[in-house]
Amino acid sequence: MELVCPAGNLPALKRAVDEGADAVYFGFQNATNARQFAGLNFTDKRAREGIDYAHQRGKRILCAINTYPQPDGWQQWTRAVDQAADLGVDALILADMGLLDYAAQRHPNVARHLSVQGSATSHEALRFYHDHFGITRAVLPRVLSITQVRDLAKQTPVELEVFAFGSLCIMAEGRCYLSSYLTGDSPNTRGVCSPAAHVRWEETPQGLESRLNNVLIDRYAEGERAGYPTLCKGRFEVGGETYHAIEEPTSLNTLELLPELRELGISAVKIEGRQRSPAYVSKVAGIWRQALDRLEDAPGRFQPEHAWMAGLAELSEGATTTLGAYERRWK
Amino acid sequence: MSTPTLQLSLGPVLFYWTRERYANFYREAADWPVEIVTLGETVCSRRRDMKLDDWLGIGRELTQAGKQVVLASQTLIESEADLRDLRKLCDNGDFIVEANDQSALQRLSCAGLPFIAGAALNLYNPATLGVMKRTGMQRWQAPVEMSKKDLAQLIADCHQAGVSQPCEVFAYGHLPLAWSSRCFTARRHQTPKDRCKFVCQKYPEGLVLRSQESRDVFTLNGIQTLSSACQDLRYELPDMAAMGVSVARLSPRAEGMAEIVKAFDQARQNRLPPPDPLSVVDAEICDGYWYGQPGMDNTRTVAS
Repeated sequence: MELVCPAGNLPALKRAVDEGADAVYFGFQNATNARQFAGLNFTDKRAREGIDYAHQRGKRILCAINTYPQPDGWQQWTRAVDQAADLGVDALILADMGLLDYAAQRHPNVARHLSVQGSATSHEALRFYHDHFGITRAVLPRVLSITQVRDLAKQTPVELEVFAFGSLCIMAEGRCYLSSYLTGDSPNTRGVCSPAAHVRWEETPQGLESRLNNVLIDRYAEGERAGYPTLCKGRFEVGGETYHAIEEPTSLNTLELLPELRELGISAVKIEGRQRSPAYVSKVAGIWRQALDRLEDAPGRFQPEHAWMAGLAELSEGATTTLGAYERRWK
Repeated sequence: MSTPTLQLSLGPVLFYWTRERYANFYREAADWPVEIVTLGETVCSRRRDMKLDDWLGIGRELTQAGKQVVLASQTLIESEADLRDLRKLCDNGDFIVEANDQSALQRLSCAGLPFIAGAALNLYNPATLGVMKRTGMQRWQAPVEMSKKDLAQLIADCHQAGVSQPCEVFAYGHLPLAWSSRCFTARRHQTPKDRCKFVCQKYPEGLVLRSQESRDVFTLNGIQTLSSACQDLRYELPDMAAMGVSVARLSPRAEGMAEIVKAFDQARQNRLPPPDPLSVVDAEICDGYWYGQPGMDNTRTVAS
């Protein structure tokens, strides 16, 4: 299984490669990718350096252009596709059907992967993207149970990549408009979810409060660890009770599913986190490299090491991890 | 009086109602001034009170009443069982299908069947709409987050590119904003989705999620998250018609739908009384998306 790691900047890309990523994905510094954060992502020059660095070491580079071209910005998105193709990326990660069509026509020799933002959750959906745009791989949304992944894997026309570790997006990706409902900016349109420009922190007599465009997302007691106010991970009141009504702040960690994922023929495991530091990427990539190597040596006897799990827990939201939707009970 | 150029459509019921409630609702709807009615379960595959045959039966009655009937597919397809249901829906033989997922696109385009493209398919540009038209799309819905300005440009660009098809806009109701595999209504009842006891039926208009300051934010509806406020674009209908929108969709609410349909019917004929700021404030209305603002905003309260 290929280990696919995130890079929000050149140092992170290099660390990921050094620590054992088989492939690294990146995006450009604009709304064409789903992680548009100030100070993150790549210029043309930086991308070229990163691609050279990876290729010299036999690693692959994937470029995410996975937001939806807006009515007034089609050229910005096609320019990103042309730019990535000219840079010699190993694959484009795309979501929009029009852009997939453009890439297939204009750059037929550059592999096309379906982004998780393309929301394909069945082999029929994958076949649609395969038949119309010649995709060779798809990233699955984080909403399927392992049994459902198994069923899908039996009939998929393309390679599958699944999320292995990092922030847990619990809505079908590419179909979540919660962020734009509160802030006007969404993953689809602007490549952002709960954007920092709309976040406000305030010490109040009731405790520390986090707000997103003035909507109270959470309120923390003294000494309680405060998380980033991602709107679906806040504490809200439903039917008279206040709790994490949608999801707790927790991270996805599928180390223990590795043997099963391998047996299902999953081609790649994806680490989330282009918004994270080079140190974070380096540590996660290192642990997953060790785990994947161990898996290949003795697939039947694979057990996640305590040190790996502890290392990943330290890097997780709220220091807790979950198998998320892979585990039926979570639903 | 001029003939209204904008058609009104009744979207699928997003909530889990009882069989009786659906039956009564559509019996009444047969007499409402809407041209199109979309039927079916689009949210959760566990909601099985209504079988395909039941929807087809209601569809035939509405056809008799002069409505165009559409069958909507489920938005989140997760299992082989979902795909089997989808196949039956697509092969129904009578009614055009609204594709709410790419699995439906695949079934319909392979069978050479025309289809309506749902709002969750993320159609944001002429190139994508061109692909859809090639595969059999007859009408499409704009993404809920698209502004009037962007939509006007998109419709004009499609016209220029020769890929125009009738466009439908979500004009009234709780906005469908997200789908998960987790059931938030079951979670509220501290029970897993597989043993949900169909608690959604307790909430014919969903379950309100409030901030800790008691501000209504979202509506939980099983695996779906809706806006808490109702988007209301009734005063925008003349503009919509002028920019080339063909259909305004009204999403069914549990109560008062007859009055809402009537108001929209008047609005499309320019016969609506001017907005009363006080009543609008009471009704928890939003229209931000249409003006390129956060969807929750209500531009009509600003002046009051």
